[in-house]
Amino acid sequence: MSVLSMIVSQLINGLQSGSVYALIALGYSMVYGIIMLLNFAHGDIIMVGAYIVWVTMSVLGLPPAVGIIAAVAGCTLLGVIIEKVAYTPLRKSPRLSLLITAIGVSFFLQNIAQLIIGAGSKTMPAIVSGPNLYIGSVNLSFVAIVTIVVSLISMAILTILVQKTKMGKAMRAVSEDMGTAQLMGISVNKTISFTFAIGSALAGIGAVLYSCAYPQASPTMGSMLGLKAFVAAVLGGIGSIPGAMIGGFAIGILEAFVSAVGLSVWKDGVVFAILILVLLIKPTGIMGREIKEKV
Amino acid sequence: MLTVKDIHVYYGPIHAIKGVSFEVNDGEIVALIGANGAGKSTILKTVSGLLHPKTGSIEFNGEDITKVEPHRIVKKGLAHVPEGRRIFLRMTVMENLEMGAFTQKSVREEDLERIFERFPRLKERRKQIAGTLSGGEQQMLAIGRALMSHPKLLMLDEPSMGLAPILVEQIFEIIKELNDSGTTILLVEQNAGMALEIADRAYVLETGNITLSGTGAELMCSEEVRKAYLGA
Ligand SMILES: Nc1ncnc2c1ncn2[C@@H]1O[C@H](COP(=O)(O)OP(=O)(O)OP(=O)(O)O)[C@@H](O)[C@H]1O
Ligand SMILES: [Mg+2]
Repeated sequence: MSVLSMIVSQLINGLQSGSVYALIALGYSMVYGIIMLLNFAHGDIIMVGAYIVWVTMSVLGLPPAVGIIAAVAGCTLLGVIIEKVAYTPLRKSPRLSLLITAIGVSFFLQNIAQLIIGAGSKTMPAIVSGPNLYIGSVNLSFVAIVTIVVSLISMAILTILVQKTKMGKAMRAVSEDMGTAQLMGISVNKTISFTFAIGSALAGIGAVLYSCAYPQASPTMGSMLGLKAFVAAVLGGIGSIPGAMIGGFAIGILEAFVSAVGLSVWKDGVVFAILILVLLIKPTGIMGREIKEKV
Repeated sequence: MLTVKDIHVYYGPIHAIKGVSFEVNDGEIVALIGANGAGKSTILKTVSGLLHPKTGSIEFNGEDITKVEPHRIVKKGLAHVPEGRRIFLRMTVMENLEMGAFTQKSVREEDLERIFERFPRLKERRKQIAGTLSGGEQQMLAIGRALMSHPKLLMLDEPSMGLAPILVEQIFEIIKELNDSGTTILLVEQNAGMALEIADRAYVLETGNITLSGTGAELMCSEEVRKAYLGA
């Protein structure tokens, strides 16, 4: 294999895992943008999504389409319920209380999963399958193509939703100035629920795509995945939607190349080194705005 | 139209409004004047629902709105242009106006036309990010945005703040025009002279209490007001 085709195939690998990071990072960033919460339970939504796929397909024997729809719908619902039950009552509390609650929700979800399904990992069924594609000597797996295409479409839809629709604009208004948004007649509660719903739906899509590539589900699978997506969100500039996309792809591609040069044991280390570097050099990230203290 | 009865408002332990009552009648311009920290903005925030009084009541068009959430109060026809304009700096001029129309079924072309006619600068800059507008243009946008909700009562918190004298005149001119075309106005101002000039009635607020009230002309002649607020 030539160097060029090696680079191209690693790039595709990077784009594949990067698009999953990006989808998850979007949820972190959107929620942070609107209520300044680092929602550490977000990664665990992926885990729940993966188990929903496993239950519908492997346990109930239903077709992949049902599994996918159930996972996305289930994640969306779960995100909204978490927001209503755990975060809404703390709307006026210090941000540290919210953060601690988020970590609590994360543990809760992991333990509930362990209790119901067991600590061992489950092998996921094949969700999508199809022929590989060859470009010259580069072999593109079907799953990689589906993952990248589905992610890009999801992100395009999200961008239109946020930029053009009434609800998307309301979301931006609330994230910029909650009090004034209310004076426009925007219901803050509805808008925050909407944000959690969208972020969690993207996580649901991410869960399905991740399960296509790594067909193992376990109660703690969301931790590392969520943490990396969080780094992606910080790298891109937390609160920024295009930033989360760029950050996700950047982390995915970086990981792929770190592995390709034979340093795969350092893969996770490099990601967290990036987090430290970003926080030291440019805490607002690539697309981030200077943080203005609200008065 | 608006009846505020003996409201007490607190910020945690701070007793900011200590039993304030006033009313605004249909078609009036009512001014609320007072020094820094007197509680003017707090009163407007309480009327629009951003804050709730501990005791006392607020009635709008015969309906009790004391405990109603702010986004529902706007729907009833009560708009609030907050202190410091608070336009959405990261959104375009047009998007700011669309947010103003959030309570409406759709953004109506004739509403936009009406606002662009009054503020031609906004029409030229409708695609511009609002954060890049000048202070005067931002104030126009804040007023235009509030008008998009078709308010019956428009509350303005220091619309002249930080503006050059010519622009201040222009803003007061616009307030008068809006009132002539049927919008009732509750105006908070530090610029007491100009506020009293256009106001039908006015209230003077001192550290959470109303200490004086009367017609604009009466207060303008009052010895206390002249000393404290008009620098005479
Ligand atoms: N968020 C807050 N938390 C605590 N105290 C506050 C808060 N906002 C206002 N206050 C206090 O309440 C009192 C009234 O403030 P308010 O902003 O209503 O005054 P104002 O008359 O609008 O003054 P200005 O002319 O400076 O705008 C002040 O003593 C102020 O310090
Ligand atoms: Mg004020």
